[in-house]
Amino acid sequence: MKRFFAFVKKEFFHILRDRRTLLILFGLPFVQVLLFGFALTNEIKNARIAILDLDHSQHSRQITSRLLSSGYFKLEQQLDSYKGIEPAFRKGKVKMVIVFPARFTAELAHDQAAQIQVLADASEQNTAISLTNYATNIIQSYSAELNPVGMNPPMQLDVQSRMVFNPELKGAFVFVPGVMAMVLLLVSALMTSVTIAREKETGTMEVLMVSPLTQMQILFGKVLPYLLLSFLNGCMIIVLGINLLGIPLNGSLGLLLAETLLFIFLALSIGILISTIAETQLVAMFASLLIMLMPTIFLSGFIFPIESMPKPLQILSNIIPAKYFISIVKGIMIKGVGLQYLWKETLVLFGMATVINAVSLRNLKTRLG
Amino acid sequence: MEKAVSTDKLTKRFGDFVATNEITFDVAQGEIFGFLGANGAGKTTAIRMLCGLLRPSSGSATIAGFDVYRQTEQIKQVIGYMSQRFSLYEDLTVRENIRFYGGIYGLPKAELRRKSDEIIQQLDLGGVADKLVASLPLGWKQRLAFSVALVHDPRIVFLDEPTGGVDPITRRQFWDMIYEAASRGTTIFVTTHYMDEAEYCNRVSIMVDGRIKALDTPAAMKQSFGVDSMDGVFQILARGTSTK
Repeated sequence: MKRFFAFVKKEFFHILRDRRTLLILFGLPFVQVLLFGFALTNEIKNARIAILDLDHSQHSRQITSRLLSSGYFKLEQQLDSYKGIEPAFRKGKVKMVIVFPARFTAELAHDQAAQIQVLADASEQNTAISLTNYATNIIQSYSAELNPVGMNPPMQLDVQSRMVFNPELKGAFVFVPGVMAMVLLLVSALMTSVTIAREKETGTMEVLMVSPLTQMQILFGKVLPYLLLSFLNGCMIIVLGINLLGIPLNGSLGLLLAETLLFIFLALSIGILISTIAETQLVAMFASLLIMLMPTIFLSGFIFPIESMPKPLQILSNIIPAKYFISIVKGIMIKGVGLQYLWKETLVLFGMATVINAVSLRNLKTRLG
Repeated sequence: MEKAVSTDKLTKRFGDFVATNEITFDVAQGEIFGFLGANGAGKTTAIRMLCGLLRPSSGSATIAGFDVYRQTEQIKQVIGYMSQRFSLYEDLTVRENIRFYGGIYGLPKAELRRKSDEIIQQLDLGGVADKLVASLPLGWKQRLAFSVALVHDPRIVFLDEPTGGVDPITRRQFWDMIYEAASRGTTIFVTTHYMDEAEYCNRVSIMVDGRIKALDTPAAMKQSFGVDSMDGVFQILARGTSTK
């Protein structure tokens, strides 16, 4: 154990001596969290919606079919009561719910005006805004067709929209979990793979292998400092998000930290896997950037909504660890849900880590012949 | 007296390729043993097997009495290793390097402190003890790397081309250190390209294409081949295979 700590101490020397890397490690998330407060607009196709039709009239059926044939929406679920709305949102698949109140047709006939309610999941605020805009336009144009020329007063369909989970439509809500996933991947995977590759490159790995340190001690010695560092980084982002950007923490902090640790563990495993393959720091770095950083940015739903990607990319997005972590963080912080809604994502992350570690261990063994 | 290294028909195959072919030799405790051969002759493979990094395909070998198949952990404790690349951490200071390597061999704290002071004093590095290794000249790094390989007082130290890329004067100084370590009873197992260095060894073996072609004292070897330098011996052996 004492040997192990001698090794860990050395790793800390490496990290602390390298001021520039340290600055990047802690400066990067800071800058990104602040920068990504700005929103990006993007078009959405085939967003899953649910419909609560309490009116069962010709109007409600007409509007529903127009919405669904627009290409923007896909029917995920027919609800039969107001109580069904919240669970539908919490499961996370449904992005918007359209409600036709019970007296919709009657009010339209009687008062020349009626209301349709549109509720959108604003934990992805760009998606929510676009979706409500699309829906409003479609309903308005239907309403315009209802009025023959010269009819006075015109019949009016009111669209009443409401944002759930993130009523103020803050961009930070979307980007902070994304930045967290990205930074943790970067620190954990990139840094570990590069530091192991560096030992191979300088020949010190040979000496470590000849020493009484076991492979496990070397690996864990490499990983432990970065685990601590990444965890610190994760906490920093959470604190920044909550205090500076006003993100709520509706769920359990303990669960959030535990999930963060799980994700870091996974990222470190990926770093080790890369380092069992890469012989030089340069290769390790490019492998980390190409395999992880780019897909994380583009395919995790962090910047571009997964719903609007072409089908092959949507399928590909399922192997991006960050996708699951982002939905976990959003779930805990914004929706305030617990493990009963997030166990699937958690299990996926856990499974990925297990598989990756098994492969790394096998790689290490075969390398030693 | 117990042998420091003893091998019997030690062989390593990689697929069809036989890297090390039934090599058999003994090295006595305290001996300076030169392990020569051209690049690709199988030296590195042999050393890796002896250090417990590579499992032999067949044959047997013991290091300080420990079996290379079953007792690799014990072997690692009694050997030191230094490669051509010196294997120091450039972003650590001289003192930190010594303490790190001592630490992974499990030296107690007091012993670590004593050892680092001793090495720094011996190498006359007092002025730069707390400077980063990156700032040292090559020759100093080389001598420090050697001392670090000896920090846990190993019975045998493997030196894999320890003098690569160093000027002749520095090489000469380095060999003085090797002699001193040998005089204290440490067995030196050294590979080299430089034939003048082969003359400094008590005995040398010359490997060609995975086999040991000659093994003797430098003087006896020169006599039996009828040449006046180790370089001559090496030329004859190397040419012998190229015409085969």
